Amino acid sequence: MAFWDYANPTRFLKLVQVLLPWLVGLCVATFAIGLYMAFFTAPEDYQQGDTIRIMYIHVPSAWLCMMCYTVMSISSIGTLVWKHPLADVSAKSAAPIGAAFTFMALVTGSLWGKPMWGTYWEWDARMTSVLVLLIMYLGLMALWRTMDDPIKAGKAAAVLTLVGALNLPIIKFSVDWWNTLHQPASVVRLDGPTIHSSQLWPLLVMALAFTLLFFVLHLMAMRNEVLRRRVRALRMRAASVSRPATASASAQPAE
Amino acid sequence: MTGWAMALFRRDLRLSVRIGGSAIVGVLFFLAVVTVFPFGVGPDLNLLARIGPAILWIGALLATLLGLDRLFQADREDGTLDLMLMAGRPLELVVLIKCLAHWLSTGLPLVVAAPLFSVFLNLDPVAMAAVTATLLVGTPALTLIGAIGASLTVSLRRGGLLLAVLVVPLTVPILIFGVSSADAAIHDPVPFMTPFLILCALTLIAAVVGPIASAAALRFAAD
Repeated sequence: MAFWDYANPTRFLKLVQVLLPWLVGLCVATFAIGLYMAFFTAPEDYQQGDTIRIMYIHVPSAWLCMMCYTVMSISSIGTLVWKHPLADVSAKSAAPIGAAFTFMALVTGSLWGKPMWGTYWEWDARMTSVLVLLIMYLGLMALWRTMDDPIKAGKAAAVLTLVGALNLPIIKFSVDWWNTLHQPASVVRLDGPTIHSSQLWPLLVMALAFTLLFFVLHLMAMRNEVLRRRVRALRMRAASVSRPATASASAQPAE
Repeated sequence: MTGWAMALFRRDLRLSVRIGGSAIVGVLFFLAVVTVFPFGVGPDLNLLARIGPAILWIGALLATLLGLDRLFQADREDGTLDLMLMAGRPLELVVLIKCLAHWLSTGLPLVVAAPLFSVFLNLDPVAMAAVTATLLVGTPALTLIGAIGASLTVSLRRGGLLLAVLVVPLTVPILIFGVSSADAAIHDPVPFMTPFLILCALTLIAAVVGPIASAAALRFAAD
């Protein structure tokens, strides 16, 4: 069973070594095509002008900040249910990437909002729930950093990730409610007119490129985390080996 | 209620009422937050009446957050928590009972104090009753969700700040529906019962999710 074969970190590292160059190449190629289409072949919007091109960065990042949390939730189930040794490595290394994509979605969104809505920040339902998501990512990262033992930290973070996954739809629903209660739809909405195919294709290519970028970064971060844990284990072993030696060495002169 | 559960409940209640006076300190903190708000936004009584329910809710949320680290910390320090883990009783139920006792000693005083504090905020009697009712229904959910954060950070030396950061995003729905049902009672954009019933539902969800997740976190923190 492939799933269990890759529980062995060495085998996983070997797979990463084979897979990574191909993925990087594919990712770069897709980005080249996607960026070319976004900047040169995609038409200007008749209303929004050139600022529509922000969409090709903004929408894929927003989509990835959700996908990244999904990956983390699945990994957390892997940690808690099967105690898969790579699952908490996967969840831990996905969190900063997710936070980065969430941050990027917020920044590009507010840069897009300034010319379109006339303000950098609008307490729009979607922006607000993405902001809450960012706080959750950062809280999870803080939880990982404060705990010394990676196994315990992984389990604690897995519990929190799953509670967050349960709560995210509730948060989304309540923020939508709150938004409709406080401000009627005064904001220009993107989802009003259906998107034209000349804009849809670059968007899809960019979404694919971002997804590939996520997998490249995720695999790299997982590899680094496995190596980091090995270094930690080697250091601890070295410390435990050297301690009796120094103890006996310091004991000898005393005799 | 079976014997051990009642014994645990009475022990927790007695400890939290007699030692440290956490109930009084929580209410004092609540009063401090409510007092500070007018200094920030100005003494305009109309404005205060409009945002009064929000001020009371945020004050109650902050007061609850501050008290949460005592939920498991003291028991862990003196080893009681390990005994509870080894006692073979369902840990989820233990957490639920501890939350109930904790809420009675820290959450209920806030609810009782809310009508008094709403006088400072120029709330009329209807709004006063609405805020108190929403706090009565909503603060248990704050404690139950907070229990997850408290059990995740129980092994950390200074977990209080991290606890607040972890718990606040999860309490967003409770705050939204608490404040909006209180607002609905004053100037009704929607009927009062709609958000109020959703708030009740959120509390019930928290009563299930909170103890289960918190018990899981406590088990992982112990082994």
